[in-house]
Amino acid sequence: MSAFRRLVARDLRLALRQGGDAATVVAFFVLTVVLFPFGVGPEAALLARIAAGIVWVTALLAALLSLERIFQADYEDGSLEALALMPLPLEAQVLAKCLAHWLVTGLPLTLVAPLLALLLHLDAAGYPALLLGMALGTPTLSLIGAIGAALSLGARRGGVLLSLLVLPLYIPVLIFGVAAIEAAIGGFPARPHLLLLGALLAAALPLAPLAAAAALRQALE
Amino acid sequence: MSAPSDLPLPSGGFCGRSLACRRGERLVFARLSFCVPAGGALVLAGPNGSGKSSLLRLMAGLTPPESGDLLWDGTPIAEDRAAHRARLCFIGHQEAVKPVLTVAETLAFWAGMQGDSRGVEAALARFRLAPLARSPCRLLSAGQRRRLALARLVASPAPLWLLDEPATGLDAEAQADLAAVIAEHRRNGGRVVLSTHTPLAIENAMPLSLLDFAPRRAA
Repeated sequence: MSAFRRLVARDLRLALRQGGDAATVVAFFVLTVVLFPFGVGPEAALLARIAAGIVWVTALLAALLSLERIFQADYEDGSLEALALMPLPLEAQVLAKCLAHWLVTGLPLTLVAPLLALLLHLDAAGYPALLLGMALGTPTLSLIGAIGAALSLGARRGGVLLSLLVLPLYIPVLIFGVAAIEAAIGGFPARPHLLLLGALLAAALPLAPLAAAAALRQALE
Repeated sequence: MSAPSDLPLPSGGFCGRSLACRRGERLVFARLSFCVPAGGALVLAGPNGSGKSSLLRLMAGLTPPESGDLLWDGTPIAEDRAAHRARLCFIGHQEAVKPVLTVAETLAFWAGMQGDSRGVEAALARFRLAPLARSPCRLLSAGQRRRLALARLVASPAPLWLLDEPATGLDAEAQADLAAVIAEHRRNGGRVVLSTHTPLAIENAMPLSLLDFAPRRAA
């Protein structure tokens, strides 16, 4: 097994054994979305109009909730220091950890999102754009989140700092994710918006590991 | 800055040339030179805060030196960080052990990351952890966790060992195991740099007192 796959497997095993990690994120997503009909009233037309925005904003917040775990535990128990001295470059390790993080948070969020959209009476035409948009957007959330998680290591009240660092960077993903659904419902092609989400992912894939690895080295000095 | 002339600097081995280290605002040590030949053991001595851990982290490449060079067979390690990472095994203060993984899983992971997990069984036996192989690490005592961290040395052989207080929390038997493992490593041409407050039976160790390199205060 390559060192990259070994690290992904270890992070997945940790997430599954510690339990709760993926479950908490999905439960937060479901509960928060379910709050909206109580807050704005059960009128189907109103919910349908804001469904895309609600699902995407809540997915962002749910993803944010889990970011601290990417590096924090490894930093505290000395694993990060040992990992930084392994032959596999730190950038590749960051990518492996992002992949593991996406598998236990982004992927479940993507799979649950259509069910929640159903609850909010999202127009049937919007579902392909919702699923594709989430599939392209959530990996970007993990990658950008890793930069914030690495930068806030060792800071007191790191969790709050992390939200302030990361949420503004999530705005492009939110804009194009929602725009894709709105376009599909309005009878326009969703493809340009999905392509832009793909472009964000293509940019984040090489750049985020570079930035996060640099921040980790700084934290370990 | 040139090395002090009274210290011979052969081109072979793992050497440092007039190293200085800064932690925050404070200069911890300066003009420090050393050389560890194949089979050599360098034992760092000095009171708390004299820079033993800082020197080991600097040797590992975790922190860059304020000035000076680290050389491996005459080549600065800064030129090829990946090669340096591949040849060293650093055991710091923290054991890097996850409570939910078993002892065997932990060791297999670290050895696999180093690139060679064939020695896991032997390493567990060597540090008397074989009976605990299937136990989750949360059940281990402090000394057992320490032994698990040290087992990484045997599980995937690296030519350079950097050990920061390796004997902390070890009982007499485990200390003897550690000394035997170090002796065997050196017989095979391996190098060891370690800091310890516990007397370990290490033959022909080269002592290095960090106090000799404390920066002089402005007079």
